[in-house]
Amino acid sequence: MSAATGIARVGRRALPRGSTLSVGIAILAGWLLLALLCPWIAPYDPIAQDADATLLPPHAAHLFGTDNFGRDLLSRVLWGARVDLQMCVVGVAFPFVFGTVIGAVSGYVGGVLDTLLMRLIDIVLAFPFLVLMLAIITILGPGLGSFYIAMALVGWVSYARLVRAQVLTLKQRGFVVAARSLGYRRGRILFLHLLPNALTSSIVFAMSDCVLVLLSGASVSYLGLGVQPPTAEWGVMVAEGQGFITTAWWITTFPGFAIVVLATGFSFVADGLGDRLGARP
Amino acid sequence: MTLLHVRDLTIEDRAGAALVDGVSLSMRAGEILGLVGESGSGKTITCRALMRLLPGQGLAIRGGEIRFDGADVLAYSEAQMRAVRGRHIGMIFQNPASHMNPVMTVGRQIAEGRRLHFGASRREARGHAVELLRQVGIPDPARRVDHYPHEFSGGMLQRAMIAVALACEPRLLIADEPTTALDVTVQMQILRLLQDLRDRLGLAVIFITHDLGVVAQTCDRIAVMYAGRLCESGGKRDVLAAPLHPYTQGLIDCQPSSEGGVGPMPTILGQPPVASRFPAGCRFHPRCGHATAQCEAGQPSMRMAAGADGHSVACHHAADRPRAVTRPDRDAIASA
Repeated sequence: MSAATGIARVGRRALPRGSTLSVGIAILAGWLLLALLCPWIAPYDPIAQDADATLLPPHAAHLFGTDNFGRDLLSRVLWGARVDLQMCVVGVAFPFVFGTVIGAVSGYVGGVLDTLLMRLIDIVLAFPFLVLMLAIITILGPGLGSFYIAMALVGWVSYARLVRAQVLTLKQRGFVVAARSLGYRRGRILFLHLLPNALTSSIVFAMSDCVLVLLSGASVSYLGLGVQPPTAEWGVMVAEGQGFITTAWWITTFPGFAIVVLATGFSFVADGLGDRLGARP
Repeated sequence: MTLLHVRDLTIEDRAGAALVDGVSLSMRAGEILGLVGESGSGKTITCRALMRLLPGQGLAIRGGEIRFDGADVLAYSEAQMRAVRGRHIGMIFQNPASHMNPVMTVGRQIAEGRRLHFGASRREARGHAVELLRQVGIPDPARRVDHYPHEFSGGMLQRAMIAVALACEPRLLIADEPTTALDVTVQMQILRLLQDLRDRLGLAVIFITHDLGVVAQTCDRIAVMYAGRLCESGGKRDVLAAPLHPYTQGLIDCQPSSEGGVGPMPTILGQPPVASRFPAGCRFHPRCGHATAQCEAGQPSMRMAAGADGHSVACHHAADRPRAVTRPDRDAIASA
């Protein structure tokens, strides 16, 4: 995460003012396109092994080289984009939705409910993020499904806190009184009037959270608890290449580079959105 | 016919201080009532109580009666109350910029109430919103209906907020200092608009203000509040031309004269009391030039003044003190 946000910070200085958002969107759109088109543009089958072409360095037939099973790394990186993009979207969407609803209700209703939910958040936050994730995945069994569930169980707290704080200040605002004076129900006021005003900062946060989810997903897969081999996923690929780092640098380098580029794209979008919407994560 | 009848309304905070104490008001359809008083005199709380939307925590209606259209509002359930809010009693606020939802188009905000209370379709409600914007004097309403509040100027936004409040054709409109945040020319337009709406729709309006000039231009009747109590109420001409309560007299004397003048502006000495330390007896007596031992001892009740129709005052000495000294511009105010 620090690498990607660091790059984003450098990017902010290097890129013309206001262009971080467009550059970020371009990077994400590029990856999305590659992920969608990979059945047609990937030169090889990502899981097909070729005993005659193991550990080949990058050359004309295998632009990114091959791994110890003779699988084409370019094809694996392209197919991996599908898994990693899906991981970002699903891994952020659930915490975003749960956290937003819980935070909004907590802040708006207040009282005992608010106190209980905030203490629950304190409990979740008391555990280190990755340790808690790993514990949940270990209990549920390795796999992407477990990863998403763990993400939803751990990740919602940040959104809940953010939205709760926004709702707490917004509910004092005049338009809430005005909405009540028009005879609207409290639920309607919360979800139709307050929430659209409170979402800005959590949308920006969601974009930077994509980076975190991507890296946690890669880390979890690296540890063998996420995506299972032989499925192409960047974190798994980095883990697989680790043993060959001194003899075949390309196995870890290209998927690692893909992670950095995608994370940078999300980071740019978060940054640019923050500037555009006047909210900083 | 009486539209609104408030009797002995008492509102206390958690500590038991009576922020509003025994206030009685009565309004007919098509009438504009000016509710006048300094900041903290209980004007806003009184009006919020009419909708059962008391601001802040710990405030509660402790006594009295609110009858709207003959029905006892205080006995309503929350659901019944929601059917009254917006639908029968509308409210507009001092600062339109903070009382309109910044991320919703003006048209949708006007349409929402219509859809909710009348079950109108999206198309109907939108058409109605355009018509309402036209009625409150927004140029090019068909285009403006899709604009967001930040695209409106202050005066335009106040008109738009009036359109939001009028969307469900309420019979009573509570206007809480609707012109305080606007400059004088726009203020004038908004006041004309309210009067025009009253004439066309038969709307009753409670106009909360501390500006007697606005009251003189707009209202039919005046109620003056001080420290949570009503001190004087009556027809505009009666109250402004012949104020019976020393506080009303003081307020009128504090108005700058239209003919200019020499010397310092007259003021009412002292500060209004804070809610936790209201003085015993008449709450105005520490600042009153006519106060006697009787004023310290007991609180005066509202009594009809002799001669004038519906003009009542809460002062022990209203009868034995000569009617107020007339300043030339006071007549000008009263006849405006």
